[in-house]
Amino acid sequence: MSTTKDKYKKVAYYPGCALEGSGHSYNRSTKAVGKALGLDLVEVKNWNCCGAMEVKNIDPKIQTYLSSRVMSTAANEMDMDVVMAPCNGCYHNLKKAEYDLKNDQDSVEVVDRLSKKAGHKTYEAGQVETIHALDWIRDAIGEEGLKARVKKSLEGIKVANYYGCMYTRPRHIFPEKDQGPGSESTSKPHFMDDLLAAAGAENVDFPLKTACCGGAHTLSDSETSTKLVLNILRAAKMSGADVIATECPTCHSGLEMHQIRAEEQYGEKVDIKILYFTQLLGMALGLKARKVGVHENISDSIRFLKEKGLG
Amino acid sequence: MRTLAELETVIAAPLPTPDIEAAAAGLLGAAEEVLEHWVVAQGQTPTTDTREGFRLLALHRQGARGDASFNACRETCREVAYHYNLITMQPDHEKSAERLQMMGLVTNHLYLFISGKLQVAGLGEFCCSSKPIRSAQDTEKTMRKEA
Repeated sequence: MSTTKDKYKKVAYYPGCALEGSGHSYNRSTKAVGKALGLDLVEVKNWNCCGAMEVKNIDPKIQTYLSSRVMSTAANEMDMDVVMAPCNGCYHNLKKAEYDLKNDQDSVEVVDRLSKKAGHKTYEAGQVETIHALDWIRDAIGEEGLKARVKKSLEGIKVANYYGCMYTRPRHIFPEKDQGPGSESTSKPHFMDDLLAAAGAENVDFPLKTACCGGAHTLSDSETSTKLVLNILRAAKMSGADVIATECPTCHSGLEMHQIRAEEQYGEKVDIKILYFTQLLGMALGLKARKVGVHENISDSIRFLKEKGLG
Repeated sequence: MRTLAELETVIAAPLPTPDIEAAAAGLLGAAEEVLEHWVVAQGQTPTTDTREGFRLLALHRQGARGDASFNACRETCREVAYHYNLITMQPDHEKSAERLQMMGLVTNHLYLFISGKLQVAGLGEFCCSSKPIRSAQDTEKTMRKEA
């Protein structure tokens, strides 16, 4: 008899554009963790951009179509039930498309017209379930399962878990959240905290865990982005953290780049490490730092990790 | 209502720890004024109502009406309120000074987020929350050109 856990053991993997570029270490570590946990990631064939913010701001319906095509490929060409998107932007956009196709007839019509024009089956709401990498590990393995597989505990590492602003917002596109015990909270997300605690880390109380990282401002107003990141770094440090754990490539790159920029602009060096949660989990599972792409990060965490007996 | 530049100075200034409750009230007031700027920019009159005992939360709700993406600062507002409660309900707590510092950082984040939006609102589609303001400006420009 198949269980809920089995459902998530083999999922369609939608890395999205960022994970092939600036977020490559997130891609690498997600795949490495999946392999170490015996989970099967099947990359969505010929996937396209989710529509990101650029397309969405020009025409939201085109964004809905682009995201729907990814889900259509997974459902109709790969016969998959679950699409896993580790990028917050992709995850958010696929969930938004799902919501729109369930609730907005105009979106249904536009997506149907464009799908026919592009020559593929139209995605219908409910054909797949879109999940984040956090849901994936939590639902396929669970905290207890993870604990049992830890080879090098993260004990002694204090972590500020940073979720960014798109993982839980807007609330209405995430109907599975805020459903009581066991579900994710949109105001105080905790899945990353739970997984890292299971791997031995000590989570700190971090008040800016869902605050804006300034990612969308980076090109138009990088000054504000740097100040926002500096503020996040200071708050994490003040919370007692050694590491900020991330689960979004935009947030991660922003934190790393503006950490350097803040030092140059304001002469303020906030000594805190920035690592993807998959990198931390991978090392807890006994993988080498290189295997989870720590060398691809902009900030240098190698010495810190060695001191902690990891990597 | 103080200007954003004045608010930036107030929020960034070193916090006086002797009167910790007054300092927390000062930060809460500054946070409310930051939100007032956003509400005024939307062409509305800032509410005097409270929500869960805080005008700040009522102002956030007003600013987010019809603009769901403004909820990106919802938890930041709630953290300001939470830290205010922590400080004023336990003013003699050994960590009061740290709590006040953290409240300062959270308030600063709210300021940066909202002032950033306001600054670039006319420059482009940098963020979904600025869209209503930008669209209104574009419409005005088009109408002037056509006239």
